[in-house]
Amino acid sequence: MKKTIIMLLMSLVAVALAAPVALAEEAAAAATGAVDHSSIYSYVALGCGLGIGLAALGTGIGQGIAANGAVEGISRNPGASGKIMTTMIIGLAMIESLAIYALVVVLIMLFVNPYKIFPV
Amino acid sequence: MKEAPLFIHGLTLGSWHVPAFVVYTWFVMVLLIVMSLAVRGSLKEVPAGLPNLIEAFVGGLKDFTIATMGPHGMDYFALIGTAAFFILVSNLLGIIPGFESPTANINTTGACAIVVVASTHIVGLQKHGIKYIKHFTGPVPWLIWLMFPIEVIGHFARLISLSLRLFGNIRGEDLVVAILFGLVPLLVPSVMFGLAIFTSFVQTFVFVLLTMLYLSGAAEHAH
Repeated sequence: MKKTIIMLLMSLVAVALAAPVALAEEAAAAATGAVDHSSIYSYVALGCGLGIGLAALGTGIGQGIAANGAVEGISRNPGASGKIMTTMIIGLAMIESLAIYALVVVLIMLFVNPYKIFPV
Repeated sequence: MKEAPLFIHGLTLGSWHVPAFVVYTWFVMVLLIVMSLAVRGSLKEVPAGLPNLIEAFVGGLKDFTIATMGPHGMDYFALIGTAAFFILVSNLLGIIPGFESPTANINTTGACAIVVVASTHIVGLQKHGIKYIKHFTGPVPWLIWLMFPIEVIGHFARLISLSLRLFGNIRGEDLVVAILFGLVPLLVPSVMFGLAIFTSFVQTFVFVLLTMLYLSGAAEHAH
């Protein structure tokens, strides 16, 4: 069972790495001598999707552990629920900010296009 | 990306081109000043309406400051209160159609973060003089070569994390509403407005809490 999962994941990674090369369309900018960036943008799209997905994965696990601790604390001591909830909200915002850093990097990759200076 | 449908895209004052988010910062400033002047003139025993709301907010902020920083926290209440009001109103302004949050721009949040980090250093120098350098050296003297770069990088990390957290959250909810509006224009974006209001309050709270923690960390005695 474990071997099957590993084989499936490795084939998925191989397909993901080969897909932008195999499926990229030809750009018509070669005639004017402009630089063709289409192959870089397909990798950029792949990177953005993977980046924010992995950030969401880590954030989900971390915030789940934080909420677990908070709920357990409230169940043991319902009188302290105000303080516990305040601390939980602060902890969630701190963990969320790590996903926000990943989001900012993804936004830079998508919209600021720092690859214009690099010829393909 | 298409241009955002704002009321004002930017002013041109002579040879200066003022971008939209600066104009909305001026709008937030005017709003806060007018509100403060209107509330100041009506100090009654039992407030009602807008003065009641403002007093509840300021009272809650004062209790939270004293609970977090101790009774000396009221020395820094001007900075904390200004940051709280400005960031809260700026965050909430972007939800109204036609307006844009000033804090959805890295320049505004960077300015807020720079003010906070600079004020921690100024408070530390004020309270401790040149001995403020002891905050950066760590527990034992033979670790100074290791602790000093780590502390300096940590202070820069505070600057970056404060500004990026606020900017990313507010710009992120802005983008989510815009993209959902492009996909399903009818009722789905209005659900995200609830999340936007919640995020605005939480991000203000986190920024103010971190400010208080940094200020109390700079004002206390070193290890």
